[in-house]
Amino acid sequence: MSVNNNHITIIPGYNLSIGITIFYISFIILLPLISMSITTSHMTLTQFTAVIFDKRVLASFQISIICSLTAAVINCFFGTILACILVYYKFPGRTIIDSMIELPFAIPTAVAGISLAALYSPNGYIGKIAATWGLYPAYSKAGITIALIFVTIPFVVRTIEPVLQNIDPAFKEAAFTLGAGQFTVIRKIIFPEIFPTLLLSGGLAFARAMGEYGNVIFIAGNMPYKTEIVPLLIMIKLEQFNYPQATSIAIVMLLLSFIVMFILNSLQIYYQKIITGGKN
Amino acid sequence: MAFSNILPRQINYVKYIMLTLSMAFVFIMLVMPLSVILHEAFKHGLLSYIAALNNKFTLHALKLTLLTAFTAVFCNTVFGLYAAWALTRFQHKYNRLLSAVINIPFTISPVIAGLIFSMTFGRSGWVHPLLEIIHIKLLFTITAVILVTIFVTLPFIIQTVMPVLIARGIQEEEAASLMGADGFTIFRKITFPHIKWPLFYGIILCAARAMGEFGAVSVVSGHLQEKTNTLPLLIEILYNDFQMSDAFAVSTILVFLALLLLLLKSFIAAK
Repeated sequence: MSVNNNHITIIPGYNLSIGITIFYISFIILLPLISMSITTSHMTLTQFTAVIFDKRVLASFQISIICSLTAAVINCFFGTILACILVYYKFPGRTIIDSMIELPFAIPTAVAGISLAALYSPNGYIGKIAATWGLYPAYSKAGITIALIFVTIPFVVRTIEPVLQNIDPAFKEAAFTLGAGQFTVIRKIIFPEIFPTLLLSGGLAFARAMGEYGNVIFIAGNMPYKTEIVPLLIMIKLEQFNYPQATSIAIVMLLLSFIVMFILNSLQIYYQKIITGGKN
Repeated sequence: MAFSNILPRQINYVKYIMLTLSMAFVFIMLVMPLSVILHEAFKHGLLSYIAALNNKFTLHALKLTLLTAFTAVFCNTVFGLYAAWALTRFQHKYNRLLSAVINIPFTISPVIAGLIFSMTFGRSGWVHPLLEIIHIKLLFTITAVILVTIFVTLPFIIQTVMPVLIARGIQEEEAASLMGADGFTIFRKITFPHIKWPLFYGIILCAARAMGEFGAVSVVSGHLQEKTNTLPLLIEILYNDFQMSDAFAVSTILVFLALLLLLLKSFIAAK
């Protein structure tokens, strides 16, 4: 890295701070990442595809993707509603709800996992009620989805809130004076404004949900082909010290999340262009 | 800004639908899981609750958790401040690349984070021969737990500090530097007062995540009782042994710490 090359400044500390930054990043992030490619370089392509197209692996990817997508969509719906009431309305208990939103961030994943499992298992509070209707949410895909909804709700609410705050109230007032009902205002004014952000936060929630482990394993039941998520499968391969297989699955996971991030970035740039009139 | 301000006579049915929906969501998804923890923990009375907490495994796990969280927060704070300084006070072409690399831990699943660490330092890892020469064993030790926790929580502090530094610009620092202040004086007298609260906020987020980290830690720790077991791992072991009320009793420690951090966070948000 060329130092003192393309910056003209009198602030001191460049060499020290950039040196520490690069050393730390290399040691903590890059060094472990390199070993991933070293392990896979010992494998041939046929071995790699044999691992990936194994029935159990494909099933786990299917389960992870379906549950994460469902959770992201449900959270987009409830997240928007929660953000709306937090921004637009004053009601008793508003501050409590506001701080409750952060709970899934603060509560450790294992703790949330066992409490959700206890709640939705057939002798838990909600599980009991559901069982009388013939529903068994725990140890099924529904259980996985519930756990993923729990972890990702703060992402959606916290990304949409600032956008709602920035919508000029004059638009809504104008619509009201022109005779629009409340649903029309939501559909025609608020929704188009938050739609790009909604996509973005939904995508973030999806990416996060795909990698989630601690919350899910307790409520999932972990049956191969039925309720086994990808991170758990990686864990199982690791416990058998089967590093090549674990790495192959992990690489596909990483590729997936990079693709999601790439799509989200492109979407953001696309909408940014619309907002700025194609100037930027 | 409420809708009702504009149309006072219309019944605000949208408001009530949305309120009911969100109250139901918050109650079922957030309030109930929290109250279940307390209920299950005290199910067999206060005495068994105290017994679950006051044994050597729990106390040792608590000590390890606090040690891990403290070390991770300390390392990431020092690094976060230097990195934020390097990435915001100077312009060079690698800025974007570096911030992208710093954000990698956010996009990686915790299990994969654990995987790459055990592949680096484990017996089949490529660093392992080097470590053997100097007689250091990393995998399945507390050092590995701390390292992987540092990895997972690395971006938090720099992510909260950087936007503030970017928004403030560099004029004040330049002026101070022109007048002859050295780097640490500039940081202490000019930069730090502005980033004090964002930094504290980042530290809280980092600490909360570090205390609760489960997936990554579970890969590298090896689940050794009284050696590498942190509180989340202990909870898993107890739960899988069907010692439910013990598992929930131990959970209350983490919940208490988490609520404490949330409280501190809202205190900062008020600032």
